Amino acid sequence: MSVLPYAIAGWIFLAGLYGLATSRDLVHAVGCLSVAQSSTYVLLLAVGYRRGGTAPVFSDVKPGVRVVDPVVQALALTDVVVGATVTALLLALVVQTAKRHGTVDPDELFELRG
Amino acid sequence: MDDVLVTASLLFVAAAATAAVFNRDPARQAVVLSLLGLGLAVAFTVLQAPDVGLSQLGVGSALTPLMILLTVRKVRKVRRTEKGAGSGPGSGGGKRRR
Amino acid sequence: MSRRLRLGVLAAGLLATAALLAAAFLELPAFGGARHPYGDRAVEASLARHTANTVSAVNFDQRAFDTLGEETILFSAVLGTVVLLRQTRGEHREAPEPASVPPALRRYGLAALPVTLLTGLYVIAHGQLSPGGGFQGGVVVATAFHLLYVAVDYRALERVRPVGLYEIGDAAGEAAYVLLGAGGLLAGAAYLANVLPYGTFGTLASGGTVPLLNAAVGLEVSSAVVVLLAHFLRQALEIEGGGERE
Repeated sequence: MSVLPYAIAGWIFLAGLYGLATSRDLVHAVGCLSVAQSSTYVLLLAVGYRRGGTAPVFSDVKPGVRVVDPVVQALALTDVVVGATVTALLLALVVQTAKRHGTVDPDELFELRG
Repeated sequence: MDDVLVTASLLFVAAAATAAVFNRDPARQAVVLSLLGLGLAVAFTVLQAPDVGLSQLGVGSALTPLMILLTVRKVRKVRRTEKGAGSGPGSGGGKRRR
Repeated sequence: MSRRLRLGVLAAGLLATAALLAAAFLELPAFGGARHPYGDRAVEASLARHTANTVSAVNFDQRAFDTLGEETILFSAVLGTVVLLRQTRGEHREAPEPASVPPALRRYGLAALPVTLLTGLYVIAHGQLSPGGGFQGGVVVATAFHLLYVAVDYRALERVRPVGLYEIGDAAGEAAYVLLGAGGLLAGAAYLANVLPYGTFGTLASGGTVPLLNAAVGLEVSSAVVVLLAHFLRQALEIEGGGERE
């Protein structure tokens, strides 16, 4: 149990990387990148977890209660939203590629450079 | 009890992530990604991170899959008009590239 | 490179990365451990500044400068997307057909819209007290408008959503954050320092500058998501032709 959450984060990262490298469709590749990205959130929150701790919000618990680490949560929180806008930028690039070359298959695009 | 919930939700996330990678059709992948987003939101909440779970819920289960689906639709449309334009006269030509 | 060779290189790279990750994970403190020095200090600092939601305190007070960087990434990514997805020469717009929506879906969607909008605004406003804040609430507010697309049709969404206004909102949110930071300088402290009175713990007006920065981020994120989806929807539903350009 003590390393399982880390191992799962590693697995998600490697799976996303594998999909990214073997993808035959740029839209699919962007999806795989967002999978790989989500592994970082799992890892961060797993590092910050404290057994028996509650959420680090003191609106209904008294100060002094054991809570989990808020720093890693803050890191993951902003990146979830910012990451989505970066995904949007990548998808916009895919749309441009499709318009210019009529294909979104990386192998075909590589041949086109000729 | 907490450990069981954490393990179960993380295993679900791992399975959904694997399924998202191996679904080669982007439209289907978008649906699996939305499932992954939902799973991640639950896992984050179980890990006592409701703040992150809330933003993951909006972004992962709605925003990203929607943008992927819209991109798929646009790419298919571009391909269709290209195929049509290749045969039609004076349409800019679908085969400008080498 | 042949396909087999490429797969071989990939497999070697993945295995090496897996080995490195495994070695690193075994050295990490065990999952769920009790020692979190940074977390404990962050909680202390946030309580000293009367912010109940410590995650918001980290984002908008202790690490506010880092969040300015994140916001700038968000702003630039949206700017890039808008430039890439603009309508180009040779493309023309075709108004999409009005869609027929089942009445039950229409009723539910129209009823859910104000509730979702209000929830989003609540989440932004209570970022310093309960889980939530500008980032999460902004996304909720933006998705609320798109219930119109689900419940009625694209043209109804177009009518309530002047994209130009939301582009201004995006920029105004970013500018407000930068200017609020400068407020710290004017008060004789550091940039983005929390210079306002901390208020009473657990009330809406607690946390000093945290609620204000939250509101700026909420404005920016909600406008950004509306603008992004507007451009993707426009490309997918309206803009036709002009596949290739000079």
